[in-house]
Amino acid sequence: MAHFEKANSVGEWLDQRLATKELARVIALEYWIPKNINFLWSFGMILATMFMILTISGMFLLMYYKPDTQLAFYSVNYTIMQEVGFGWLFRHIHAVGASIVFLAIYIHMFTGIYYGSYKKGREMIWITGALLLATFSAEGFSGYMLPWGQMSFWAAQVITNLFGAIPVIGPDLVVWIRGNFVVEDATLTRFFALHVLVIPLIIMGVLGAHMYALRIPHVNNQDGEDIDYEAEARKFKAGDRSRSKVMPFWPTFMAEDIFTLAVFLVFFFYLVFYHFGFAMDPINFIPANSMKTPPHIYPEWYFLWSYEVLRGFFFNANMGLAAFGIANAFPFIFPFLDRDTNHVAPMHKRPLMKYWFWAFLFVMIGLTVWGKLPPTGANAWVGFVLSVSWLTLVLIIMPLFSTIEKKRREG
Amino acid sequence: MADCKRRAFFKGAGAALGITATVGGGAALYGMKRAWDPLPSVVAAGVTTVETGAMGAGEIGRVEFRGQPVLIMKKTSEMKPNDNRDVIVNGERFTVIILICTHLGCIPAWTGEIFKCACHGGEFDSSGVNTFGPPPRPMVIPPFKIDGTKLVLGKEGPEYAKLKQANS
Ligand code: HEM
Ligand code: FES
Repeated sequence: MAHFEKANSVGEWLDQRLATKELARVIALEYWIPKNINFLWSFGMILATMFMILTISGMFLLMYYKPDTQLAFYSVNYTIMQEVGFGWLFRHIHAVGASIVFLAIYIHMFTGIYYGSYKKGREMIWITGALLLATFSAEGFSGYMLPWGQMSFWAAQVITNLFGAIPVIGPDLVVWIRGNFVVEDATLTRFFALHVLVIPLIIMGVLGAHMYALRIPHVNNQDGEDIDYEAEARKFKAGDRSRSKVMPFWPTFMAEDIFTLAVFLVFFFYLVFYHFGFAMDPINFIPANSMKTPPHIYPEWYFLWSYEVLRGFFFNANMGLAAFGIANAFPFIFPFLDRDTNHVAPMHKRPLMKYWFWAFLFVMIGLTVWGKLPPTGANAWVGFVLSVSWLTLVLIIMPLFSTIEKKRREG
Repeated sequence: MADCKRRAFFKGAGAALGITATVGGGAALYGMKRAWDPLPSVVAAGVTTVETGAMGAGEIGRVEFRGQPVLIMKKTSEMKPNDNRDVIVNGERFTVIILICTHLGCIPAWTGEIFKCACHGGEFDSSGVNTFGPPPRPMVIPPFKIDGTKLVLGKEGPEYAKLKQANS
């Protein structure tokens, strides 16, 4: 039986019951972060904050949104945009936030790639991260459907159709996912349920796993140095703070994070107030019409690279779908494509992989740009070259270069 | 001895629990799967009848069939006949297709000579057969039955069965 005495403060009262002091020590005051990091390490916290902003703005949209094909478009474009006090602001925050969160995700991923934070004990951080990318993508896609404009409808039509290519069960699967032969009311209401409850719950769970996965291997640092955390923490606690290689999560690391976060939020709210247009496609201000395809269908910018890998094989749909499958699976297998598994180093210290990194980034940006262009004439061929380059870089060059590096280092 | 009996009892209880949980979990999954199936009203709806008797050569009729656009075109003499695809009603050849691109589901447009899909540049001839670009298959012929000069979409007649076989 625990001992409860008269507490002298609310804090003490809570500590007796919830061990708050111990909790704070374990998760923050003595959770050690290396000092040798830069602003890119703040993107995890930026992402956590963006998720919070999306959740709160989404809750307010949910109070007026109507998930029904007859009502959805007007509940968004009239009720929320024109009538609800600050409804337009909540919508712009939600739409711009959904777009910008992917920018932060890609920066966060490329940071992990650059510094080799996906291997030697950090695989589970990466894999839970890949799950977050997948669940955020599902969240973005299902949310895009809700305003029931022309782009909502046709994106849903095209994406659900992709499942039709799965052998044997494909066609039935498409009808099952839609709940009809075509995308309509049943489809909208089930994607609404996914968007506002099912996927956010999954995201919260995976987010917990992602942060928990950081505890044992600890956060990586700019040089990939293997830090002896116990020794460095002892140094820090003994008062030799300047020579210790680590700092506590709270208050030191968070002070840096909050600064970067503040800069990021200034940029974010600048977009929300002055440049929200990029997140609001004009075609989606036309109500959904199943009998008329818009002349040019494209997904949101963050899906463009994988969409272009799909379209790149313009002469053979099955090859395109296979490549698209690889593009979507690639985050999950990524840590295992780097064959130099035991050597954590930033790209600028890797003689061959540094070329791979910049080529990969270049091809990803190229795919994103060409994914938006109409797939005709020379564009189709550029898309093809980019798609093939992407596949070659990921499936052949990365394992090859890392193997050679490993041999050289050891030999 | 008592220990042995007790262990056997717990083993049995564990197995029973495992089996019940598996059956229950399976039933729950089946229920969830069923909840996403198309509703009976959706499945039952959708027999669309089209009168073709008054159509002139080259004329195009459009109807909605199970929420999908169906195109019915009376072929002209310039258009290549295709015995594996043409629907012959009262001695006249018709192209009857679900006007949805077999690539990713956009609606191709009739240019006067071919069907062209704006999404990724796919092309189909006047019988709906893919001739260029990403579409992997000809456009789908909806199930139909012929009743005089009427075309009943959603019912399967012997003519449909024949075309279906020729196309598979
Ligand atoms: C989408 C929401 C995400 C949130 C809220 C999130 C959150 C975080 C946080 C708070 C950290 C620790 C601080 C930092 O190093 O930045 C972190 C680290 C990390 N995350 Fe994420 N993350 C997300 C997505 C992803 C994705 C998509 C990936 C990659 C597929 C990923 C891979 C990693 C890796 C490798 C680390 C360790 C970095 C290091 O050790 O230096 N995360 N994440
Ligand atoms: S949907 Fe028609 S060519 Fe892609």
